[in-house]
This record gives sequence, structure tokens and C-alpha cells, in this order.
Amino acid sequence: MWTFFHKLGSPPWLYGISGTILRYLVPLTLIGLAVGVTWGLLFTAPDFRQGNSYRIIYIHVPAAVVALAGYYVMATAGAVSLIWKMKMADIAMKACAPIGAALTFVALVTGAVWGKPTWGTWWVWDARITSMLILLFLYLGVIALYEAYDNKEAAAKACAVLSLVGTVNIPIIYKSVDWWYSLHQPASIKFTGESTIHASMLYPLLLMIISFYALFTCALLMNMRGEMLARERRTKWVRKLAEDKAR
Amino acid sequence: MHPVRKQRLYLVLFIIVFSSAAVGLVTYAMRGNINLFYAPAEVAEGKAPAGQPIRVGGMVVEGSVKRADDSLETRFEVTDYKASVAVVYVGILPDLFDEGQGAVASGKLDSNGVLQASEVLAKHDENYMPPEIMDALEQSGYDHKGVKQ
Repeated sequence: MWTFFHKLGSPPWLYGISGTILRYLVPLTLIGLAVGVTWGLLFTAPDFRQGNSYRIIYIHVPAAVVALAGYYVMATAGAVSLIWKMKMADIAMKACAPIGAALTFVALVTGAVWGKPTWGTWWVWDARITSMLILLFLYLGVIALYEAYDNKEAAAKACAVLSLVGTVNIPIIYKSVDWWYSLHQPASIKFTGESTIHASMLYPLLLMIISFYALFTCALLMNMRGEMLARERRTKWVRKLAEDKAR
Repeated sequence: MHPVRKQRLYLVLFIIVFSSAAVGLVTYAMRGNINLFYAPAEVAEGKAPAGQPIRVGGMVVEGSVKRADDSLETRFEVTDYKASVAVVYVGILPDLFDEGQGAVASGKLDSNGVLQASEVLAKHDENYMPPEIMDALEQSGYDHKGVKQ
């Protein structure tokens, strides 16, 4: 197990293995997204109360779910970077932030677009929506904090602490609709007990959630590969890679 | 584990535990303010301030919606099945506003305990199903949770 962990810290090895993973994962992700979107938008029945506007769920929920999960990935990478001073963990943490920010932004915008016809307002300061906005600021904060330092090690340390502190927000977002009175409805997909979304609408949604996880993984690996090459540009293995490409 | 790394691991755990505790205490202290709206029972107990902007949320009582013939004025009651609050609203209601459905009204309580609403929002619940299923459920006389109506 420890050898695997040490291998993860080696840029040439990680660069190679992530290339192989991406070769298969990118097409799978695209297929998953295409099938999920088509299935959700064209081949499911409209909702009995909302009509067709509920279909935004197929983007909104996956984006929100992966935005939350992505934060844990970032915070875990931050913890590893603090404890083991692993450069690859720094890179992973830095790579998570823009992806997470984009997903959070998508969740907020699609929520607003859905809220206008359904609730009658674009925005309301309820617990779920406000805590989601804080998540966006946390992601943007990590990006900004990283750029604020010239020294990469100091930047990684500061970002790791910020992302660890921010983990408090994730269970708050998740449970906000149960703990407080909010305008946002509670979760329809339940881990325990029966989901309150009909099975014919649930399956394309689950496919979209899985595809968004895959999309996150692809974006993360691509981001990390770019950063690895930029940082290691003077090393032998990157030069060799460039020479092989040029040939 | 190397002692230095162990020490850093404790630092990480310390950061998580103490920031959680701090945020937990703050949200506990502000729990009343984080709620988006008052329940009708809380209004009945006098917990909601009169004459100040508040929100009241609950289910719209069946048969309580009365629309004026000559204006956009609508009167209805919201309930949490313990107490109910009368609401007066002038304006266009959201499409999903309906009797037996959730709604959140914001406005001020007048001296008669009637909420003079300036905005009414429909609150959607977590149930999603195709219309045919809903029709089938209505005919069988059970709701989506399998509870006999």
C-alpha cells in the first residue's frame, strides 16, 4: 500500500498512468453525458406539477453533488500536502479549485433559472443557497490565495489550511434543508429509505451524477498533467517526452 | 509514522475539529435567524415580531384561497397543521402556488395578526413523478408514500 502511495508522488509515473486512464475515461465520460442528457431531456415524462422545467435537475443536481464531493478531494489533498509535504498533493489541491468553482457556479445558476418559474424568485437567502454561495467563495478563495504567494510551498500550506477549515461547510450544505426551514426542498435521492423521485426519472439522474464524477476526474487529471509538465519542465523525463513528441 | 508527520497529522485534525466546533457554536447561536421563515405555530405563540418584515411558511389550506373580482388581491391561509396564519397579497402568484401546496409569504403582521404580504413564493417539495403515475395514485386513493387518503 505504501509503495503505491510513494508511486503517486512520482511525477513521471503519475503522468504515465493518468494518460492511460484518460485515454479510456474521456470517451466513456462523453458517452455517459450524451446518453444521460438525451435520456433525461427527451425520454422521461414531465413532472406532474412542474411540467418540463424540472428537467434542469439533470444538470443542477449532478453539478451540486460533485461540487461538494470535489471539495473533500481538495481538502484531502490539502491534508496530505500538509502532513507528507507531497508535491503531487499540492498539484491535486490546486487543480481541484477551478473545477469545483465552475461546478458550484453551474449549480447556483441552474438553481436560479429553475427557481424563477417554480418558486417565483431567482434568489432567496435561505440556508442551502447561502451555504452554497459560501462554497463558491471558498473555491475562489483557494485559487486567489494560491496566486497570492510567490513561494509555491507557502502557497500550498496556506491553501491546505483554508481548504481544511472550509470542510465544515460541506455537511452544513448537505443537511441545511433538514436542520432549518428553507425554501429549497429536501433531497429526493435518499440513501436510506425510498427515494421520492420516480424510478423512470431517477435512473437518468443517477447516470448523470456518475458521468459528472467521471467528468470531474478527467478535468482533475488533465489539470494536474498540465501543472506537472509546467513545474518539471527542466527535468529529464519532461525533456524526453518533448523530444519523443517532436519526433 | 514519522514523529514530525504525526505531529502535522494532529495539526490537521486540530484544524478540522476546532473550526467545526467554532462554526457549530455560531450556527447554534444563530439557529433562529438561519430559518428562512416562521412556522404558523410560532406566529401563534407570538414569537414573530409584529410590524416588522418577516416570512411565514407552511401549507396553503385547502379551500382558503379567495381571489378578489376587481383586483389582484388574494387571501389565503397557511398552516403547519397546528396553527394557521391568514395572508393578504396583492400581485401575481407563482405558477406553482396552489391549495394543499407549500408557500412562503413575506410581509408584515398587522394588528389583527394578518400577514400583509409583499411577496409570495411557492415552495416545491421533494416529490418528482410523471403525471400518469399521479393520476393512477389518485384513482387508487393512496398518496405517493402509500398512505391512504
